[in-house]
Amino acid sequence: MVEERLSREDAELVAGLRAGDEAAFRALLQQYGPGLLRVAQMYVSSRAAAEDVVQEAWVGVLRGIDRFEGRSSLKTWLFRIVVNTAKTRGVRDARSVPFSSVEDEGGTVPPDRFFAESERFPGHWSVPPSSWAGVPDERLVADETLAVVRRAIGRLPEAQRTVITLRDVDGFDADEVCNALDLTETNQRVLLHRARARVRAALEEYLG
Amino acid sequence: MKLERELACRQVVELVTAYLDDALDPVDRERFEEHLVFCDGCANYLEQMRATIRLAGGAGLVLPPALESRLLDAFNDWRTS
Ligand SMILES: [Zn+2]
Repeated sequence: MVEERLSREDAELVAGLRAGDEAAFRALLQQYGPGLLRVAQMYVSSRAAAEDVVQEAWVGVLRGIDRFEGRSSLKTWLFRIVVNTAKTRGVRDARSVPFSSVEDEGGTVPPDRFFAESERFPGHWSVPPSSWAGVPDERLVADETLAVVRRAIGRLPEAQRTVITLRDVDGFDADEVCNALDLTETNQRVLLHRARARVRAALEEYLG
Repeated sequence: MKLERELACRQVVELVTAYLDDALDPVDRERFEEHLVFCDGCANYLEQMRATIRLAGGAGLVLPPALESRLLDAFNDWRTS
């Protein structure tokens, strides 16, 4: 079977899975499990139902692994299996926020960071962000910094939180997220941008 | 440079996600990149957004242990079937 379009890492995981290697399965679960659980939760109303969807989907993955030809990335293939499993299980009923309506909220950076229209450089930074290039790596990747990120994501409105989690935490691409959430490309981007801007602001407050 | 062609920082910061997704049309993309050449504030903002995205990528959660063991059971059932 030809898999020249798969990354080497994906190809190794697929080969391991076909050989019944538990370590390969654990690695897959670690890498894609949480993201796929979140995808399932978009479609069903309870956490228990989402876990059932995930279990059924993974069984589908194992049964189908011999037929996986690597025409898409492993992640995209897993994503589709979870979405299809969730869709055949039930109508999407969990969503409490209508993702399709995105209100105009104005700018994502507080207006007092810019010069006012009456001033000499209207719309340009009056309080510009500083560079983080001087922040030591140990501080950037410290648990405390990640905790700031998690807290900021946790405080976002639901639609923004869902989009940034799927895009930036789980690494799904824009098309996949639009598809899973029935969002237009524009609304997906607006929600993602607002979410990132708020998380950035929280980091700025913490890192300076 | 004609003033009406010049982007203000206030506009630039709203284009960052579209820029990173390569969703700006070529003219806007060029104006965006031109702006960054002379504006340290916006260059820093773009770098901070990139750092934010990288950090979010490290903020992933782990699978609930109960679900993980269910899935490992399913794997072992499949392997021995
Ligand atoms: Zn600027």
